[in-house]
Amino acid sequence: MNVLSDNFAMFREGFVGTVELTALSALLALVLGTLVAAFRVSPVPALRVFGTTWVTLLRNTPLVLLFLAVTLGLPALGLKGWDSFWLAVLALGCYTSAFICEAVRSGINAVPVGQAEAARSIGMTFGQTLTQIVLPQATRTAIPPIGSLLIALAKNTAIASGFNVSELGSVQKTLNAAAGYNIYVIFLWIALCYIIITFTISGLFRLLENRLAVAR
Amino acid sequence: MSGSVLYDVPGPKAQARNRIYGILAAVVLLGLIAFAVHRLDATGQFQGGLWSAYEYTDTQQRIVDGLLTTLKTFAVAAALSLVLGTVLATARLSDHKPVRWAATVLVEFFRAMPLLIMIFLLYAAVFTSDPMWALVIGLMLYNGSVQAEIFRSGINAVPRGQSEAAFALGLRKTQVMTTVLVPQAVRTMLPSIISQLVVTLKDTSLGFIILYEELLFVGKSFAQQTPPVNGVYAFIPMVIVFGSIYVLLCLALSSVATWVERRTKRSRKGTPPPLAATGAVVMADPGHSAAAGDPGASGADVPKAD
Repeated sequence: MNVLSDNFAMFREGFVGTVELTALSALLALVLGTLVAAFRVSPVPALRVFGTTWVTLLRNTPLVLLFLAVTLGLPALGLKGWDSFWLAVLALGCYTSAFICEAVRSGINAVPVGQAEAARSIGMTFGQTLTQIVLPQATRTAIPPIGSLLIALAKNTAIASGFNVSELGSVQKTLNAAAGYNIYVIFLWIALCYIIITFTISGLFRLLENRLAVAR
Repeated sequence: MSGSVLYDVPGPKAQARNRIYGILAAVVLLGLIAFAVHRLDATGQFQGGLWSAYEYTDTQQRIVDGLLTTLKTFAVAAALSLVLGTVLATARLSDHKPVRWAATVLVEFFRAMPLLIMIFLLYAAVFTSDPMWALVIGLMLYNGSVQAEIFRSGINAVPRGQSEAAFALGLRKTQVMTTVLVPQAVRTMLPSIISQLVVTLKDTSLGFIILYEELLFVGKSFAQQTPPVNGVYAFIPMVIVFGSIYVLLCLALSSVATWVERRTKRSRKGTPPPLAATGAVVMADPGHSAAAGDPGASGADVPKAD
């Protein structure tokens, strides 16, 4: 049982790595996802087509493939010097943004029609209707699915271990390779770390949900 | 609420403005694509030497082999996960408390674990020489647990009156399940089951990380073996070729889900109520409240990012 105490620094680094990766790519995914959702309901057909393509393409791409495309493709485009951590954030953020977009969009669809109609009838433009009336109300319906998407994102960060990012998955890989430790014990500690992260996310979202539910 | 509720029907002025926005957006997008293509060309990714390898039957055979390996892994994992899902769902709906409890713990645990972490464990501890089974068993455990939840929620969504009526006729629990509840539940569940299968298919690419010879790994080793032309390695052509194959496979399977869903919606006879019977479920299952008729918005593709 001394895997943890022997390699505590490594575990700590891996844990922090996973948390940072999750937080930053969640931020990217939320911003990008909301933007693409706005594109998908906008009056401009070209933007709608872009939004639909973005979502369809990314949802049907395996994350490993996206990682490969980003880590190999961006350097070829001349964007050298990005370290693997930021490339991983980019891949995870773009991938999750497609799912966030759908969650936000169905939240928008769940807002009663009268709200947008009233907003339009007092002369609000599309941008005003969306940002001041519909999106704030859509947030409430969108929060629970977004919570489960971010939990999925936290689990997906493990894939970054295959692409030179130090996080919990790579800690497990390294320790598995280093002989002398019980592989199941390593797994147990890694599992515990992930459970801490996912429980924190679901707790945060439950809190958020309760907060917003009062306003209704 | 359809999208058009958010804005007035565009008049002549708004139409002109929207057209300008559209053209601007298109120009920016095309510019980005052109820039990407230009950069790829400038860095020599489109040199004939990098692509000519794909003309050989040898190469094509290897791609087909990789594809078959991926499909085989997917088929085995999908079948096993459906079996495990059925077993776990049955256990979770059992009348016996310990059975229910054990199944809940299993399902929750496997759903909470990152799949790759499970695969690393299986590969390091059990199937050290056989990455395929590490991958398959990992996929089975994870997707089986998810399928179990889909089955369970599907069966719970069948109106209560159905099982009450069946019990009143004197059927046993097994009979109620197999003859009344499951046939009705399958219709509502089918789109969700198929989209989970798409997730399974996508996740077979995790084999890449444990060096299992599936499609993506074949691609990478292939790109490594191709001699570099003017100092450029054949990785970008590989990503383009193999990426397209993957995306097309997943798109095909996704469109089956969409098709099945539309078909279920259309048929009137014995249409079961949508899975989302209560407000709470609508929230947890955004796909069902999305606009119909839009290929990207059907309940078949409830967001699944795992």
